[in-house]
Amino acid sequence: MNFVAEHLVSLVVFTPLIGMVLIGLIPSDQKSAIKWAAFLWSLVPAGLSIYLWLAYAAGGVGFRFVEQAVWYAPIGASYHVGVDGISVPMILLTGILTPLALLASFSIQDRIKPYMMLFLMLETGMFGVFASLDLLLFFLFWEIGLVPMYFLINQWGSANRRYASFKFFVYTMAGSLGLLLSIQLIGLSTGTFDIVRLFNIWPGLDKELIAGVPMPTIKTVSFFAFCLAFAIKVPMWPFHTWLPDAHTEAPTAGSMILAGVLLKLGAYGFLRLVLPLFPEQAAAYAPALAFLAMLAIVFGAFAAFGQTDFKRLVAYSSVNHMGFVVLGIAVVARAYGVDAEGWRQSAAIAGTGAVLQMFNHGLSAAAMFFLVGVVYERAHTRDLNELGGGIWQYAPVYGAVMLFCSMSSLGLPGLNGFVSEFAVVRGSWPVFTTVTAIGMLGLLFTGAYILKGIQKVLHGPRNPKWAGHGMEMNAREIVTVAPLMALMLVIGVWPWWLADVINKAVVSLLG
Amino acid sequence: MPIETLIWLIPVPPLLSFFLIWLFANRNKALSHTIAIVLMAISWIISLYVFLTAITTEHFGAEVFGHSVPWLPTGDGALNMGVMVDPLTAGMLFFVPLTCLLIFIYSVGYHNFGGRLDPHDVHSTGSPAHNGVEPMYSRFFAFLSLFAFGMLLLVVADNLLMMFVGWEIMGLCSYLLIGFWHGRNYDDPKKITPRQAAVKAFMTTRVGDVFMMLGIVYLYFHTGTLSFREILYNEDVLHHLAETPSYIVGLSVAAMVGLLLFAGTVGKSAQFPLHVWLPDAMEGPTPVSAMIHAATMVSAGVYAMVRMFPLMSAGWHHGEALTPPMMAMGFIGAFTALFASTIAVAQRDVKKVLAYSTISQLGYMIAALGIGAYIAAAFHLITHAFFKALLFLGSGSVIHGVEHGVHHTHEHIDPQDMFNMGALRKKMPITFWTFLIGGFALSGFPFVTAGFWSKDEILADAFVANQLVFWVLVISAFLTAFYTMRQIALTFLGEPRTHSAEHAQETAWTMTTPLVILSFFAIFAGFVGVPEHFPALGELFHNLNVNRFHEFIGGTLIEHPEAVEFNVFPLLASIVVGVGGLTLGWLVYGWKPLKAGQPDPLAKPLGPIYTLLENKYYFDELYDFIFVRPARWISEVLVYQVMDKNIIDGFLHGVARVAVAIGIFFKGAEKVIINDPPDRLADFTQWLGRSFRVIQTGRIQSYLLIVMLVAVAFGGVYYLMLSGLVK
Repeated sequence: MNFVAEHLVSLVVFTPLIGMVLIGLIPSDQKSAIKWAAFLWSLVPAGLSIYLWLAYAAGGVGFRFVEQAVWYAPIGASYHVGVDGISVPMILLTGILTPLALLASFSIQDRIKPYMMLFLMLETGMFGVFASLDLLLFFLFWEIGLVPMYFLINQWGSANRRYASFKFFVYTMAGSLGLLLSIQLIGLSTGTFDIVRLFNIWPGLDKELIAGVPMPTIKTVSFFAFCLAFAIKVPMWPFHTWLPDAHTEAPTAGSMILAGVLLKLGAYGFLRLVLPLFPEQAAAYAPALAFLAMLAIVFGAFAAFGQTDFKRLVAYSSVNHMGFVVLGIAVVARAYGVDAEGWRQSAAIAGTGAVLQMFNHGLSAAAMFFLVGVVYERAHTRDLNELGGGIWQYAPVYGAVMLFCSMSSLGLPGLNGFVSEFAVVRGSWPVFTTVTAIGMLGLLFTGAYILKGIQKVLHGPRNPKWAGHGMEMNAREIVTVAPLMALMLVIGVWPWWLADVINKAVVSLLG
Repeated sequence: MPIETLIWLIPVPPLLSFFLIWLFANRNKALSHTIAIVLMAISWIISLYVFLTAITTEHFGAEVFGHSVPWLPTGDGALNMGVMVDPLTAGMLFFVPLTCLLIFIYSVGYHNFGGRLDPHDVHSTGSPAHNGVEPMYSRFFAFLSLFAFGMLLLVVADNLLMMFVGWEIMGLCSYLLIGFWHGRNYDDPKKITPRQAAVKAFMTTRVGDVFMMLGIVYLYFHTGTLSFREILYNEDVLHHLAETPSYIVGLSVAAMVGLLLFAGTVGKSAQFPLHVWLPDAMEGPTPVSAMIHAATMVSAGVYAMVRMFPLMSAGWHHGEALTPPMMAMGFIGAFTALFASTIAVAQRDVKKVLAYSTISQLGYMIAALGIGAYIAAAFHLITHAFFKALLFLGSGSVIHGVEHGVHHTHEHIDPQDMFNMGALRKKMPITFWTFLIGGFALSGFPFVTAGFWSKDEILADAFVANQLVFWVLVISAFLTAFYTMRQIALTFLGEPRTHSAEHAQETAWTMTTPLVILSFFAIFAGFVGVPEHFPALGELFHNLNVNRFHEFIGGTLIEHPEAVEFNVFPLLASIVVGVGGLTLGWLVYGWKPLKAGQPDPLAKPLGPIYTLLENKYYFDELYDFIFVRPARWISEVLVYQVMDKNIIDGFLHGVARVAVAIGIFFKGAEKVIINDPPDRLADFTQWLGRSFRVIQTGRIQSYLLIVMLVAVAFGGVYYLMLSGLVK
């Protein structure tokens, strides 16, 4: 037990990788065994991440469960992992979503072995990003997460998958390039990649690095490189167009993880790296960030409303929802060093709201993509007009589940989404008043696109087209979505347990 | 059990029944309604106990029952959620659970419990039952329970956010229940279907809700709390809010927050210009209409304003200039009262008349608040809940009775159209008498109906405060009485105009009992609010210790509001318009009853105005043109096609094309400079491979030999490197 306690974070990060190797040993034709092995194995990191959450939430702030070991000593990079109140909810989210995504993948028949292996590799990549306290390590895991997702879309996606996977890959890579260069710049000028040490050194660093180039310039350039990488990942408007394509073409489980966790990597990057390392630049450009967030909220909602493809509608809803995350982050950034009345508290609320929104969107988006998948597997179409409604009569359970998850996505009070949206709006109102007010238009249209989805799928006279298609969910599918629904309700009714941990971390981030 | 725990428990039973029915009883109709009714009754009993405790507590209002717990961390502090019962809440607790319970019981009969499932309905259709029991019976009770939970949560909330939670849960339930028959289609493609009406209701109210949310966050920013007690019962906070300028020049923070919150009420209580959803909400089953339009959701909007009144009127004193939110309430309320009552005059659908009358009556309450008549507004809220629930349930009973006739005769008529009715008083006597009581209460028939006392109080206050508001309300009171008599006459009097009406049948006891109970309150609920200075009656009721409403509810405010002095003019006006409207209605529709196929006698004299009213001033068409269509176009074309597909993706594809072009260029260059030499190298390798094929013998021994030789060779090289001979 001692070993587990001392290496908890490493265990969380690398157990999926072990699972991947183990799956590799099962013969390819043992499809059922592969599925079950992957699913059951993924419960190990899930259990560990829950244990990590409970252990972290039991008390204490700052980075805990830290492990440090020599890695690339000559260049100052080390294997340094640990969690705080911002990363630990994300690890919990990843740990919970992966088994559910694997369970959702049981209907996949084609090349199940590489599929499952890639998925577990992806999980390690995601855990790694959240746990890294070293820039180089961070980048390594960042890239590790990219590759499996590319293949998942490219190999198991739907019709337009090559275009979508290519766009996803190249776009993200383009962002990462600047990230890598900036990381190296930082490493070069400070001699370390250790994030915790850099928090103290880097923002105050003022020396001439390359002949003639002053430090502020370098910092600004690095700031933009970081921002670009994370902005593409979030995705922020106008870097968002890869998202509807990638989400729509990815297999169901891929979309679940892509929306559920991968988008959070970008927002996490802002919170973990951009804000602490570049506080002054972030404060200066925060209004622009907030403006783009507003555009994402409004245009994301409009674009979602304008869709005829059910999955694309849900994909655009991610743009809309992630806009709130960025808005919250912008408030935290803007409040840096400002002593105005109430701003600090507003920033704390907005920051908590942003992280909470990351978690909540992880739940609702994963659930919604899964539900799209359920219909698609049976109807073989995602076109809302072709679906034509009238499915509720065939699938009352599916109808109830979809209503529930839709309402979470819509931000209905009583369910999770509302808590975080309220917190973000509350935090941003005094800081970015106009932007928040215009953003409300997006909140209004959130209702419009969610109701459009319900109307075009569930409502309507009994649709003879779907008679005999077995539209109702099966037990496996109900088990897949039930934990998500339970969490949506629990967080909506009682957010304290989650928000308290986040809040403490955000307060310490504000300094 | 401490009273605070009991208050927490009030909203719980209906929530519990929602989950129980949803998860466990969804296939058992009897179990479903048993769970719903029993748990609702428990809620009602707890509420009644709390109400009785409240009215027997000395100086209740200065001291209240309440309890709260931290809910969301906010930096160094926390946002609390809690419950509270003050005199206003106690008043709500008296009528909300009771009407909910009656509506639950009524629904059993309305959905033909005990009847057999019609063969058409065995496979769920999502449309009303053809005949016999409703196939989605359990779902209905689950939604209804959730609705009751939302309302009770709103009532016991001690803070604005929890109130908003209940508010929105009701919004969801009204969406679900209006669209309950989501599979229903009409032959007339112009007629709005339930599923469209549901979306319309949700979206229209959401317009108000997003403003309200801004109001909540704004208030929260300035006060650091959302608790009613800490904001509304704190002179310093109110003073601070009224003095601090807001983002808009000329408005204080209190005024701006007030206006934003009022926008929420405009949506929820269907005030002009967001009134359009409520008449279409009649697409839901009738118990739902009663639930939404009487006991719960629309009352919630007014309740919120009554609750927030100290904030709305912050900085205002009797006789001084009104605050901006009060002016907005006064004018929008009065205008809506008149506007909606004119539309009601020309409606044919028995439920739509009631829908517009609800909008109009809510306008009364809002206008009352606008002129500072706090208690009158609360009073009318309660009496209206009773008689409007009665009228809606009565109209449901009427429709149910006529539907019975339709099934019997196989006629193809609209069973909700009053012009297809007539003479139902003989067929449905209980429904008739109770409806008559409700109708008279709505019209403000003097002295014996609850509606008279509450409406009279509003008029008395308006007469002192604002003449314009007063006269607008008087005219709409006249119209109200007129269209009510029109409705009664068309439905119940004269001769049957269709065979279905002839074969209508009185409904089951589960439906008529709630009617009888509600009509009791439609008469007697008014006596609690008879003004003390009212000639004769005031003293009589005072001696009986009945009319304590003013004193009790007044205890909600810090400063107990003074009752207006008795003035005979508004009283006379109130009597004249009430009785006069009823009389005129009877003269037009009751004296010479309409024959089958005869048009509305008003249609000819009013001419184009009648068409205008019949079409509700064309607001639906207008909104469709200026909001709905542009929103579609912006979404589908501008944002998605033009911006995302053409501009952003176009730019990306352009970049990609440039990259590819550069690639092709380099590919050509590469072929000559870089590619060819390696190709030659590759050729060479191939040749080498072919040559070495000779040693590919397939014999382990020879491979091992080669491995050994290579190992020795590498070992030699490494040795040389390490010993420094080769650098």
